[in-house]
Amino acid sequence: MPMRKVMKGNEAAAWAAKLAKPKVVAAFPITPSTLVPEKISEFVADGEMDAEFIKVESEHSAISACVGASAAGVRAFTATASQGLALMHEVLFIAAGMRLPIVMAIGNRSLSAPINIWNDWQDTISERDTGWMQFYAENNQEALDLILIAFKVAEDERVLLPAMVGFDAFILTHTVEPVEIPDQEVVDEFLGEYVPKHAYFDPAKPITQGALGFPAHYMEARFTVWEAMENARQVIAEAFDEFEKKFGRRYHMIEEYKTDDAEIILLTMGSLAGTLKEFIDKKREEGLKIGAAKMTVYRPFPIEEFRALAKKAKVLAILEKDISFGIGGAVFADAGRALVNEKEKPILLDFIIGLGGRDVTFENLEDVVEISKKALDGEKVEEVNWIGLRKEIL
Amino acid sequence: MAENPFKADIEKVQKEYSEKMTTGAIVYIPGSSVVNKTGGWRVFMPKFDKDKCIRCFICYTLCPEPAIYLDEESYPVFDYDYCKGCGICANECPTKAIEMVRETK
Ligand code: SF4
Ligand code: SF4
Repeated sequence: MPMRKVMKGNEAAAWAAKLAKPKVVAAFPITPSTLVPEKISEFVADGEMDAEFIKVESEHSAISACVGASAAGVRAFTATASQGLALMHEVLFIAAGMRLPIVMAIGNRSLSAPINIWNDWQDTISERDTGWMQFYAENNQEALDLILIAFKVAEDERVLLPAMVGFDAFILTHTVEPVEIPDQEVVDEFLGEYVPKHAYFDPAKPITQGALGFPAHYMEARFTVWEAMENARQVIAEAFDEFEKKFGRRYHMIEEYKTDDAEIILLTMGSLAGTLKEFIDKKREEGLKIGAAKMTVYRPFPIEEFRALAKKAKVLAILEKDISFGIGGAVFADAGRALVNEKEKPILLDFIIGLGGRDVTFENLEDVVEISKKALDGEKVEEVNWIGLRKEIL
Repeated sequence: MAENPFKADIEKVQKEYSEKMTTGAIVYIPGSSVVNKTGGWRVFMPKFDKDKCIRCFICYTLCPEPAIYLDEESYPVFDYDYCKGCGICANECPTKAIEMVRETK
């Protein structure tokens, strides 16, 4: 029987790691994800988890140790956030290029300067081009589930790419919620053992990994990463199906909420999606044709699902906790790419919101709706809208 | 001129080495790096003067590639497919039998 426990998002991530049975966990503590390796080291010390727990001196080493472990052919896991993830940056490319299915939990946190430990997605968004798949959790249950799904997809022979699962700093990492812990046997069935055919350590069959790629080979090697990421779409869909069969919970690349007759749709990721749903209920009561959507998978970008969503709306507002300086929201830019050649497309609006842990309130969302209504009425609105900005102190 | 003593090995690897890109660009055939000729980025090449050579093997020993092998009479032979033009051989040759000259097409 699955067990229900009240736990923080960090503990949920640690439980997911325990259930996935990685052979190596290497991690360095960083707020807000410190509790993940802490809890895992407890599991290991108590003999509940048969993993090598490597204490390293930095996040760069943590991910490097995971690359080594994965290159030797075993399941590897780590957790980090913010500056820690940024410190891993160069090795993230290596993990993806070497096609090592490492899974990493990220307590999504803002980046310095100024130093800020609270929630936004700038850390993972900044790593969107590394070749890692990216999942975003709405709540602690999703943090646990998506880590299991991430392993499943990452290790699929059609994919073999690393994956990061983001869950919002403090809003999820440090907030307790009831979480269903699946049975170990069912997780074992779902994930199976990781037996890589491509990357292993066997003195009897020597291979070279991470070798020099001359201009004659580099482009082809990068193309295979691109192809693997394209394959991931199908594999993720299959994993979502199988997850539902085994565990009863359904995931979608993009989950829609009251979108069917909606003129205005608000799209976001992570825990903000929970807030949005409540807000939509309220606005629906007021008679506004409005809906919400949550992007669970950001890399690969769910292009088809996004186009289907866009078809439904007259105004599609994208709310994101990150900023790509010089252009606007990163998700917005991707969304534009998905729609640029479509014949029919909604008005796409760019909203930057909740950076550095600033609460996203219903008043903020009212502002989003006001701007969206103006756009719906054909009025010209700002190209990039900073919501909840304290203009008086600027 | 004498042949590279590893010619047969190189040809064998060349034959076996699949040009197909592998998952993760992993190289499964040991020694397959000889397929990739590494002399392409050379700017200066060693020019050898047999008359000055005393066959001391210093160049042969110190070439980092190793792109120098010895012929039947133990004179050095330079394999320009792999010589990267570092100039170590010329620098270390006690009799200045090797001179680095700018490579022209
Ligand atoms: S130049 Fe360098 S690589 Fe070329 S033969 Fe001399 S020592 Fe070897
Ligand atoms: S170091 Fe000079 S003298 Fe000695 S073997 Fe080489 S070329 Fe001849």
